[in-house]
Amino acid sequence: MKRRKFIGLLAGAGACLAASPAAAGGTHHFEGYPDSHGVLFDSTKCIGCRKCEAACNKVNEMPAQPVPFDDLTVLESKRRTHHDTFTVVNKYDVDGKPVFRKIQCNHCLEPACASACFVGAFVKDKTGAVSYDAKKCVGCRYCMVACPFEIPTYEYHDPVTPRVRKCTMCQSRIEEGRLPGCVEDCPKGALIFGKREDLLDIARERIRKHPDMYIDHIYGEREMGGTSWLYISGASFESIGMREDLGVTPAPDLTSGALSVVPAVVGLWPMFLTGAYALTKRKEKIFEEEQAHAVKDAVAEAEAKASKKLKTAMDKAERDKQAAIDREVKKALKDAEAARKKAESAPADEQ
Amino acid sequence: MSHHTTTPKSFWTPANIITAVILVVGIALTVKRFTMGIGSVTNLSDDNPWGIWIGFDLLCGVALAAGGYTTSAAVYLFGMKKYHSAVRPAITTAFLGYAFVVFALLYDLGRYYRLPYPLTIYPGPTSFLFEVGLCVALYLTVLAIEFSPAVWEALRWKKIRHLAHSLTLLLTIFGVILSTLHQSSLGGLYMIAPSKLHPLWYSPYLALFFFVSSIPAGLSMVIFEGGLSHKFLHHKMDEAHIAQAPEVTLGFAKAASVVLFAYFNLKWIGVALGNSWSHLFTGWGAWFLVEVIGFVLVPCLMYAMAAREKNGKLAFWASIVTVAGIVLNRLNVSLVAFNWQLPAEARYIPSLEEIMITVFIVTLEITVLRFCLSKLPILHEHPEFKGAH
Repeated sequence: MKRRKFIGLLAGAGACLAASPAAAGGTHHFEGYPDSHGVLFDSTKCIGCRKCEAACNKVNEMPAQPVPFDDLTVLESKRRTHHDTFTVVNKYDVDGKPVFRKIQCNHCLEPACASACFVGAFVKDKTGAVSYDAKKCVGCRYCMVACPFEIPTYEYHDPVTPRVRKCTMCQSRIEEGRLPGCVEDCPKGALIFGKREDLLDIARERIRKHPDMYIDHIYGEREMGGTSWLYISGASFESIGMREDLGVTPAPDLTSGALSVVPAVVGLWPMFLTGAYALTKRKEKIFEEEQAHAVKDAVAEAEAKASKKLKTAMDKAERDKQAAIDREVKKALKDAEAARKKAESAPADEQ
Repeated sequence: MSHHTTTPKSFWTPANIITAVILVVGIALTVKRFTMGIGSVTNLSDDNPWGIWIGFDLLCGVALAAGGYTTSAAVYLFGMKKYHSAVRPAITTAFLGYAFVVFALLYDLGRYYRLPYPLTIYPGPTSFLFEVGLCVALYLTVLAIEFSPAVWEALRWKKIRHLAHSLTLLLTIFGVILSTLHQSSLGGLYMIAPSKLHPLWYSPYLALFFFVSSIPAGLSMVIFEGGLSHKFLHHKMDEAHIAQAPEVTLGFAKAASVVLFAYFNLKWIGVALGNSWSHLFTGWGAWFLVEVIGFVLVPCLMYAMAAREKNGKLAFWASIVTVAGIVLNRLNVSLVAFNWQLPAEARYIPSLEEIMITVFIVTLEITVLRFCLSKLPILHEHPEFKGAH
């Protein structure tokens, strides 16, 4: 067992993992790319005309939808995005009045999908868009598990090259200096495209000027660490189907702490385990030595006992032998005496 | 049957017939999955991207294969030589377990042919899934080498067997490190979704929960499979295996009891940490109590009793309850308590075809395991390699 070499190898592996960005945590704080773009959605202006849905369908060259975009009856049921529908508008009944809300990827500043993706197929771009690269995707769908807004969708019926699908914020159009499709076609100005910082100013200004029209909250300013899409509304966000319990922690921070334990395990476990092994071996060795000692002592003791016993037996035998000789001698003498007596008395009888 | 064949054992036993039917259906569904897409056989949706193929095949598969690292660590690192006969069966089930986890994963991955991507050209180290992938790939390799001596012995390839065997200590240490990391990472996967997982199951300790509970899962699988092979494969076992079996069962029962108790405490610390006490008095709370008391505390006490009274039968039953509890926990985290806020009609219920593919994969695994146990020196020592471990 080349223990030293082995430990060296493990330490190297630990250092590699420690160097990964997963371990970086602590003081890191990301505010988003400066000058990155976003869209402000104002639910007080949206009339649920579905023009944004139609525009999205056109610019993304999606297949024709079963229900035409001028049919507003679909608003009666709640819909979500699909692999061929990057955005939908839902209608909510708030105090008897309809309120409309558009759904699409919120393009988080620190996206859960990008943090969760194990091949780095999602990237937050400096334009503000969170882009997806189908050339890297393995199709594990962990991005869909991770997204708190339930946005990424999947081509479940493609057997060979299924893709994750979601709003691209029309990144290519932004790079050409054009507006995202939905923003361009919105007839009511419910969607405003611009730099995120400017959009926050606009939103704050509207809320300040019309405190009776808006609730005092810009959704997306801080949710999940902030998103590039921002929302203002007259109705509470919860009442228009938006979760208000998501918190302000960016998704990567939810796992970075636990991931930072990885290098520690890689660094410490080999020491603990070889230590446990060494202790076991040492214990076994001591046990064997003690056992050998005990056996030796026992043997010596047994030998001593045996020799003592032998000596006693020998002595006894000696004594017995002497006694037997004495007895025999005695007996012989007695017999001789008897014989002599008999001899002495016999002639007297004959006379 | 009116007709008796002259051979004493026909291949077409009832068990083999059922196996054959499942395999045929499974192959047909496999063709469907790979020609018509995941959507053609599953109830997965945009709201529920992970179903039983992840929740059961991956999460439970990996947890229940933990007997490999727990047994080899006990015997080789902590010197519990009296459990030596349990190592080979445990390594065998672990190796097959992981191999079939990877196999099952191919069904779930949209672009299965890109499985090596995260490990080669596009690593994404910010993801817990990256860690899972990396560790499972490495550990599968470790298990393959640990398992290989049984094959080399059967083939009588002495040199390569000796080489593989000489790596035992190194592989055992690697195995424990890799298992610590990926067993915990499976729990870590869900740490990114606090808004989707019910607060009683979501915890910053999720990774720790998964790691700690994998230990009794592994120990229980060794006891459970030991009990089964005693019953059905007794003739394949040699004297050492038969003689050591009760000791293995009771020793592992004691260890499982201790770790289950630690896990039980840890779960409550999780509730306290998230301050989720109020949720205990809801329907979800009742379900949580079923899991934590019925399937953690109860088997913990059963094991303790079994160890004290040297009751192997009780330990066997405790192992079944523990295994069921681990399965319940993994399914709760991944499916039952996941997306708990979605309306009922948007919740996921697996399709029959999806379940059939899982049954197919499990059956395939058991078939291969039966083959290995009957053809390879796993429950007995190879006559030419006696005492060579």
